[in-house]
Order: sequence, then structure tokens, then C-alpha cells
Amino acid sequence: MNETTQQYKPGEHPDLPPPRNLVGPVAWVRDHLLSSPTNIVLTFLCVWFLIKVIPPVLDWAFLDAVFTGEDRNACRAQGDGACWAFISERFKLFTYGFYPESEHWRVNLAFILLIAALVPILYDKTPFRKYGLYFSAAYPFIAGYLLLGGDFLFLSLTPVPTTQFGGFMLTLVVGITGIAFSLPIGILLALGRQSKLPIIKVFCVAFIEFIRGVPLITLLFVASTMLSYFLPPGSNFDLLLRVLIMVTLFASGYMAEVIRGGLQAIPKGQTEAADAMGLKYWQSMRLIVLPQALKISIPGIVNTFIGLYKDTTLVIIIGLLDPLGIGRASLSDTKWTGLSNEVYLFVAIFFFLSCFFMSRYSLYLEKKLETGHKR
Amino acid sequence: MNEVAIAQPPQRNLVSRLWNDKETRSVIIQVIAFAAIFAFFFAMVRNAIINLEAIGKDLSLGFLWQPASYDISQSLIDYNSRDTHFRAMIVGILNTLLVAVCGIILSTIVGFLLGVFRLSKNFLINRLAYVYIEYVRNVPVLLHILLVHGLIVHSLPLPKNAVNVSDTAFLTNRGFFMPKPSMEPLFWGVIILFMLGIAFTFWFRKYAKQVQDATGKHYPVFWICLGAIVGVPLLAFLVLGMPLTWDIPELSGFNFKGGMVIRPEFIALWLALSLYTAAFIGEIVRAGITAVNWGQSEASYALGLSRSRTLSLVVIPQAMRIIVPPLTSQYLNITKNSSLAIAIGYMDIVATIGGISLNQTGREMECMTIVLLLYLTFSLLISAFMNWYNKRIKLVER
Repeated sequence: MNETTQQYKPGEHPDLPPPRNLVGPVAWVRDHLLSSPTNIVLTFLCVWFLIKVIPPVLDWAFLDAVFTGEDRNACRAQGDGACWAFISERFKLFTYGFYPESEHWRVNLAFILLIAALVPILYDKTPFRKYGLYFSAAYPFIAGYLLLGGDFLFLSLTPVPTTQFGGFMLTLVVGITGIAFSLPIGILLALGRQSKLPIIKVFCVAFIEFIRGVPLITLLFVASTMLSYFLPPGSNFDLLLRVLIMVTLFASGYMAEVIRGGLQAIPKGQTEAADAMGLKYWQSMRLIVLPQALKISIPGIVNTFIGLYKDTTLVIIIGLLDPLGIGRASLSDTKWTGLSNEVYLFVAIFFFLSCFFMSRYSLYLEKKLETGHKR
Repeated sequence: MNEVAIAQPPQRNLVSRLWNDKETRSVIIQVIAFAAIFAFFFAMVRNAIINLEAIGKDLSLGFLWQPASYDISQSLIDYNSRDTHFRAMIVGILNTLLVAVCGIILSTIVGFLLGVFRLSKNFLINRLAYVYIEYVRNVPVLLHILLVHGLIVHSLPLPKNAVNVSDTAFLTNRGFFMPKPSMEPLFWGVIILFMLGIAFTFWFRKYAKQVQDATGKHYPVFWICLGAIVGVPLLAFLVLGMPLTWDIPELSGFNFKGGMVIRPEFIALWLALSLYTAAFIGEIVRAGITAVNWGQSEASYALGLSRSRTLSLVVIPQAMRIIVPPLTSQYLNITKNSSLAIAIGYMDIVATIGGISLNQTGREMECMTIVLLLYLTFSLLISAFMNWYNKRIKLVER
């Protein structure tokens, strides 16, 4: 004993490992699960809850579930669990709505092009990113033509009326159009609200406050019932287009407020410096203020996108058939009646995956754009 | 030499000279903008007039006083199908307010709990709250409403084999049947005591603060006030011989009779809206509490305050300043999202005046305008109230 301690000069003794009872799984459990009487009670409640909930849900969703079958009775004959046969039979309907079967390749192509258009926007190390961004800017028009069809120059596709749009495809159409157009309109509204020109300012404030004060569903009702009165007599424009306009305006009202928050966080010295450099209004906004303001507002912007994407489900109330609408319509089929849990869970998973992806991407973007100026 | 005069500035035309003057330019832009907006509205109104004339409709609110001739399943005031559209609208407004107020209360409670769970050191409860919040926030609220409604309607039994809660309340797929209290005259005494308890609380809190400021003596304010509000009336209730009778629902035929019933539509909407918004409130609360500097708690411990008093006197008042503004918009969201009631047939504003009344009378313009104005009013009222509250708790700067 004595000899070993004497081998070290003072201060040179290597660090001893921490005491056994402060590291390792046992200590972790003690620290994180059983640190106080309240914590012990909470832990046991949680464990009890998990034991009560997880096995029945797993049984229902997988072990007792039926994946193939003719109708509901065939499902019931095979097991008590979920009847996923319903979803697999209706899968095409859920994806394409009533889009003609022979033209499904156009939707698929539009979807593949969508991914191609998203890559240069989302990932800044894409090779030839500059040209990719031109493609992304052109994408909404390319996709619009692909989905709608008709004659264009030398191309000729069978026209498909928008009433046949549906399913996840409709969600993507409404969601992406809204996202693509609400950001620029929102920026303009936010700048208008900060403007020194009183008339522009008043108009922007009134518009934003009106949009934010009423629920989207009433605006959609206005689009479906009342809007035709305000159009020139005899003109009639497409219900889907009216919905797209309303959804975009709605989202841009919220977007404007998010961006206004970002604009207000930029110190006045930035605009003053830009003025001193002789930049004009639009130049100073484009080069100095907006890049900083938009960076700050990324979390809010993505939240608005997610909100808009989720709000696309409201179109079922005015009779468009997004996945939820298709699901509800399918539920009234006597062959499959009463399977609402399966339908809603299936649609929920779809929305969860896309929204979760968006929120994770926003976290990544925030980290990437962080330049250390944060106070 | 003299002839080499000062170089003349190039003659520019009037338009570019006006455009390069900052003042005139702003006037020009505004005039153009105003003209464009005015022209836009003018064209819309003109179109509307022409279109309405073409189909022979006029604008009037007279239809509000015609009989509505449709039934509303759940109503806070007396209503039957012979009543007017106006009364139907009032029923709708009350139903919207009911679900909004109930939703705000429940979502605040659940939301604060979730926020605290997310900050807990307990791994399990923390992760459970995290999973719940992520799932709920990433799925549309309409889907939640339909899912909860589907669960109630499809999973709960028919009235004849209802889930029996100790023979007083019954859960069925036609709604939750509960005993209805009916008061005997003596019960008013209990109510008066309860009111007095509230008044006492207001006075006592001030008094306790004065005493503490003057002498440092500290009363257990919370327990005394709880005793005054709950304890005394409860005691009186027992002493007076429980002057309250319960009308218990009974199964007769295919449905329950008596008692009071909460419809599945209301329950589905209320639960779905509250649990959805609670997830957002949870994140707001978490952000608010983490934003309070840790040094504040340390300083408070150093002064010898206990953990609970640190929370209630130091951390929470500061966190509230951060929490209240986003909380306001969540309350507004609940109110606005309650319009999704129409998807499951709960009779709120949109379903009554903007739905059935609109379809029966064909007065799209009037009905939709009323609906929009009503929602605008609610939004303005809620944000005015929350602004007042926000101002009250704001940091007093010198």
C-alpha cells in the first residue's frame, strides 16, 4: 500500500475512475428515474401506462391485423385487429384520387420532377445548383401543365379536369402551391406593413389582420359560395383554383407576421448603413435587410409551412377529395363500413412523416446558417 | 474664357424629375396604389350588383326573422325549429363560445403539465411527453377531431349496454349521460358563502401582503384561501343536509331519459381541440421556463427561498412574460379551429348561420359576412383581453 502511493510525485497521480455508484446504468436509473419519491411514482405510472397501451396497440396494428381480404367480413373472419386490406385495396384512390388510370404516369413524373426540383433548394452543395434553381423556379408551371394536360406548342396531353384531382396528390398540389407563393407575398406584405407610405401600410395592416382574424374554413366557404358573385358576369373559374388562391392568401397573412418579427429584430443601423452606401430601397432590402431577417425567421416560416400543409385537409369540407376526403367517402361504402380508425391512422402517418421531415429540416437549416451573431 | 460656362445639367423630362424626388415619388406610388385598390373593390362591388340583379336577389337581413325550421341537437338556450334564424345564430354563437372556453381551460391545464413534463429529469415522462407533442403537432387538427369522433361513435357501446360508472353516469356512443343537479332553496346559502369566499380571498391576499411588507410575517395564503373558497361552502353544504338532488339518467327503451347529456360531437371537438392545442402550449411553456436565466434560481436559493417559492415567486412570473404573447395566439387558434365543428356536425356559428341557414335561404352574401364579422369580433376581443393581461404582468421599467 505504502509503496504504491509513494511512486507518484504530488500532482502527478493519474485520475482515478469515478466511484462506481455515480456512473453506469445503475446510477443512470437512480438519477433519471428514481431520484425522488415523486419521480418514483411518475416512473411507475409511466411504466404501467406503457404496459397498458403498447401491447394492445401492437396487437391491433400488426399481430392481429389482416392485410389481405375481399371486404370487412373477410377481415373479421381472419382476426380482430386492424383491417389493412381496406387500405391496400384503396391505395391507388388514396394516392391519385380520381385521376384517370391511364394518365397516372404524369402524376408520377411530376412527383419525380418535384424531388429533382427540391434537391437544389434544400441542399446547397448540389452540383450545378444555379441551373437547378432555374429548374425549381420553372417547376410549378411544368407540373401544372403535366397535371392539367392540354395542348402546348408541340406537346399534347389529354386534358384532365381538376375535379378528378384527389388523394395525396391533391394535398401536394395545394400544399406546394401555397408554400411556393405565400412566401413572396408574405415578404411583400411584411415590407408593406413596415413601409413609410401610409396608404400602403394601412392596406397591408388591414389585410393581414383580417386574414388572421377569421378561420380558414370561412374563407374556403367564401371561395366556394360567395366568390362567384364578385367575378365578372358569365365567368366561372375552377373551384380548385379558388381554393389555391384562398389558401395562399391565408398563409401569406401569417407569413407576413412571421417575417415582420424578423424585420423588427434587425437593428436600424443596418438600413442606415445601406442608405449611407447609396443603396436604393429595394437594393438595401434585397442585399442587406431581408437576408438577415429571413434567416432569423426560419423557424417561424417553416412552422407556417407546416401549418399550411396541415390545413390542406380542410378542403374536404367544401367537397374536394384529399386523402381524408377519400377515406371518409370510402367509409360510406357498405363493403368497408366502420373502419374509420384504420383510415385516419393511415392518413395521420402520411402527414406525420411529411411534417416531421419539414421540422427536422428547419432545425438543420438553422444550425447551418448560424453565424455566431446570436445574442 | 468666360464662355466656357458651367456645364448645364442635362435637361430631363418632367416625369423623371418627379420620379427622382423622394417626396413626389412616394405620393405618386400611393396614389397609384390607392387607385388600383379602389378600382379593384369598385369592380368587385359592381360585379356583385350586376350578378345579384341577374338572378333577382337583393341584399337584406330580413331573413333573420323568418322561422329557421331546422333542429339543433345541443343548445344552451331554449330553441326549437319554429324559432327564427337569428335565434339559431345565437345558439351557434353560444356553442362556439362554449367549446372555445372549455377548450381554452383544458388545453391550458394539459399544456402546462406537458411543458413541465418536458423539463422533468425523469427520463420516461420526458420522452413520453416528447413523443406525444411531436405526434400531435405534426398531424392536422381536423384528423384529430375525426379520429376522436370516430373512436367515440364506433368504440363506445350503444345505450342498452352502456359503460356504467357506478350507476350514475353512463358512457354511450350517443353521448355521456350524467346526473343533473337540481337545487333546493337552501343551496343558495352555499352559493352565497362561495361568493363571500372569493371576495375574502381578494381582500386577504392584499392584507397578507401588507402584513408581510410591514412585519415580515408570512401567512399560508394559499391554504387559507382554499379553505375560504372550498372548505367553508363544503362544510355548510354538509351541515345544511346536502340541499341538492340529482336527477339520475335511466335507460328507457333505446335511450336514456333524464339527467343531462353531453353529445359525442361536443366531446370529440372539445377533446381533440384541447389536446391538439395543449401540445403547442406545452412547447411554449417549456421555452418560457428555459428562457429564464438559471442565475435567477440560484440567486433565489442563495437568499434562502425554498424550491416551490423560487418557482412561484421568481421563475414563473418571469416565464409568464415570455409565455403570454404566444399563448394568446394559441387561444385565438382554438377559437378559430372550433369552426371545424362542421366536419362532425356540432352546431357552431359556421354550421348554423353559415351552413344550414345559408343553404335554406340562399343568402350567401349576408350569411358569410355575418360569420366573418363574428369571428373578427371574437379575435379582437380575445387579443384585447390578452394584451391587457400582458401589460399587467409586464416588467415595470423605470
